[in-house]
Amino acid sequence: MYLLLVFFPLIGFTISLFFGRFISPRGTALITCTFLILSFILSCLSFFEVGLSRSPVYIKLSPWIDSELFDASWGFMFDSLTVSMCVLVTCISSLVHIYSTGYMSHDPHQPRFMSYLSLFTFFMLMLITSDNFIQLFFGWEGVGLCSYLLINFWFTRLQANKSAIKAMVINRIGDFGLALGIFSIFVAFKTVDYSTVFSLIPYFDGYSISFLQFNFDLVTLIGLLLFIGAIGKSAQLGLHTWLPDAMEGPTPVSALIHAATMVTAGVYLIIRCSPIYEYSSSALFYITVVGALTAFFAASIGVFQNDLKKVIAYSTCSQLGYMVFACGLSNYSISMFHVLNHAYFKALLFLSAGSVIHALSDEQDMRRMGGLIQLLPFTYTMIVIGSLALMGFPFLTGFYSKDVILEIAYSKYNFLGTFAHWLGITSASITAFYSFKLIYLTFLAAPNGYKSSMQSVHDAPFSMGLPLFFLSICSIFVGYLTKDLFIGLGTPFWNGSIFILPHHLNIIDAEFIPIHIKWIPFFVSIFGGSLAVCLYHLLLRLSFSFYNNTSLFIFIYTFFNKKWFFDRLQNELIGSSLLKIGYAITYKTIDKGLIEFFGPSGISNMVFIVSKQVSDLESGKINQYAFLMFICTTLLVSISLVLSVIAPYIDLQLSFMFVLYIIINNIKLNKIK
Amino acid sequence: MLIDQSKFLFVAISLFFIGLCGIMLNRKNIILMLMSIELMLLAVNFNLIVFSVFLDDIIGQIFALFVLTVAAAESAIGLAILVVYYRIRGTVSIEYINLLKG
Repeated sequence: MYLLLVFFPLIGFTISLFFGRFISPRGTALITCTFLILSFILSCLSFFEVGLSRSPVYIKLSPWIDSELFDASWGFMFDSLTVSMCVLVTCISSLVHIYSTGYMSHDPHQPRFMSYLSLFTFFMLMLITSDNFIQLFFGWEGVGLCSYLLINFWFTRLQANKSAIKAMVINRIGDFGLALGIFSIFVAFKTVDYSTVFSLIPYFDGYSISFLQFNFDLVTLIGLLLFIGAIGKSAQLGLHTWLPDAMEGPTPVSALIHAATMVTAGVYLIIRCSPIYEYSSSALFYITVVGALTAFFAASIGVFQNDLKKVIAYSTCSQLGYMVFACGLSNYSISMFHVLNHAYFKALLFLSAGSVIHALSDEQDMRRMGGLIQLLPFTYTMIVIGSLALMGFPFLTGFYSKDVILEIAYSKYNFLGTFAHWLGITSASITAFYSFKLIYLTFLAAPNGYKSSMQSVHDAPFSMGLPLFFLSICSIFVGYLTKDLFIGLGTPFWNGSIFILPHHLNIIDAEFIPIHIKWIPFFVSIFGGSLAVCLYHLLLRLSFSFYNNTSLFIFIYTFFNKKWFFDRLQNELIGSSLLKIGYAITYKTIDKGLIEFFGPSGISNMVFIVSKQVSDLESGKINQYAFLMFICTTLLVSISLVLSVIAPYIDLQLSFMFVLYIIINNIKLNKIK
Repeated sequence: MLIDQSKFLFVAISLFFIGLCGIMLNRKNIILMLMSIELMLLAVNFNLIVFSVFLDDIIGQIFALFVLTVAAAESAIGLAILVVYYRIRGTVSIEYINLLKG
């Protein structure tokens, strides 16, 4: 059952890829959906067995690499953390599969699309169920690959190609860090098995590793290198630029990969490696800072975006920041809880956005929408549920995880906690602001779209509506239903899969913080949301004239709309200078310069020139021949005279060649033109 | 009889080098070149005879006689070549004898 859970999507992928042309697009859709739903049912069963009945499963499938000390095997480990992720991945994935049958129904390459989706799910399951770092890396690269294939799905579009390459390359930067982390784990522990590494960590506390005369604290080094991998995959500040550009792919892809599953792999890695991070307070410090900054940074950009999908993408980035800083504050279970909840309402938001885009014949700009509330009532309801859950409206899913994250940040009572808390509060209000801006501009404002696209508007068909409905149910109830299971006081659910040092534990403190601190997120969210509606409904004319007359505001708007100029900095400082180095140094100087000069063409040119000079000696002039004879005779005589004296000090052959060379050059000078 | 040998040798070497310079520095006339070769051979002959007398040995004079005949034959052949060359090219200036360019 556990193996089938992982391999069902692979079977679906194989069938629809190799036999897709024989069994019609509808057939492939049916097959891949069936396999995914079967996998989801098995995940639920395993969740019951492993999570609720507390009996972890460990399967050693076959050896993979077996070389002296280094052994990696195809092993599967199902503990509470894994099965929670399994349920999440297969649930979102099967809903997205069903959704895609409607959304992509007119696409000529539907079998390919469905097969890629299934392959992605397989790699993701491989990533979360592995029992060692090598297999984790296999899944990690696999989801990166599928991300490339899916962003690039409409491969005739130039922008999609560029975005896919960007996603792949920036992810690869993080992957390099992850690979280095795995190497250093192997160097220190001589194994890559989770169980061995995690049980040995306490003995390596304070152990330092020396590299190039620098001493690093081993645990911190491993933690930071793994975190670089997480930065890339989870789009944290610094390597986040690929995520918004990944919106070039079809909307179900954005929902599946860039909202619910792939980006959570980085957070999953941090949670999985909780025993490593617990022993390194400096790694935790950096994680917190980066996470909190990402939360604020992405939220502030999200406000000023006009593309429907980009807004949601930046909101994903911001929520990932929340998850990461919750990890940095040693509350892994809360972070995991937010991962699970976030997946439901973010998938809901993305799929509803897809429904809007589908209805408006692929219009993505929010400024060209408006007035859709009468035309798309179902989608409107869904997106409102999603947005309310996202901004942490009380008793919806987001409330239970997001507010807890802010509370534990406050109750750290140190600089780090306060820093994360205030950035988190600010981003919470901004989140509410852009959620309501999105709803208002799309559904409530006066219609701004084309009449032709408004006339053909239709609400989501059944295949798209069903996943939306299911996800909205999840977005409302999941948080409340699973709160006690995942983060309840003393919950036995995690069963050792997450490790927290006792003196880092502050979930109890978080229950007893002042009541007004607990109320802050609620009030700032309500404030942000109502501000958005006020600004766009009542004060639109005023703010527009304000915008037109104040250059400062134009500057601010441009600054945030252009993503803090982060992309531009990245392109102009790093990208173009690297390209210049690649062209000027490695290509022109080294490849075409040094290597060619001392290599093939240099030698052949040299031979050509020297032979030309030697043959120029034969000028055809008789008196010159005679002169040459005389000179050579004289030289021979004089050398034989002085040779016995200078022989110990010179290398005979070399000086002979030197003399020969001088003669050749001088004769060339004497040549009669 | 005591002969101041070095003076004789000086004359011989001077003649030889004059011939050599005639070959090397002459750029115009090939007849001069032949004459310089003759001069060098004469210098060698002179040298042979001087040593033959100095060492009191007849071999040197025999050699000198041979060299004389060889020089005569050589200048005859050389002049013949020159005549043939002149018939074909119409000139014997060294400047224009450069068909053997490398």
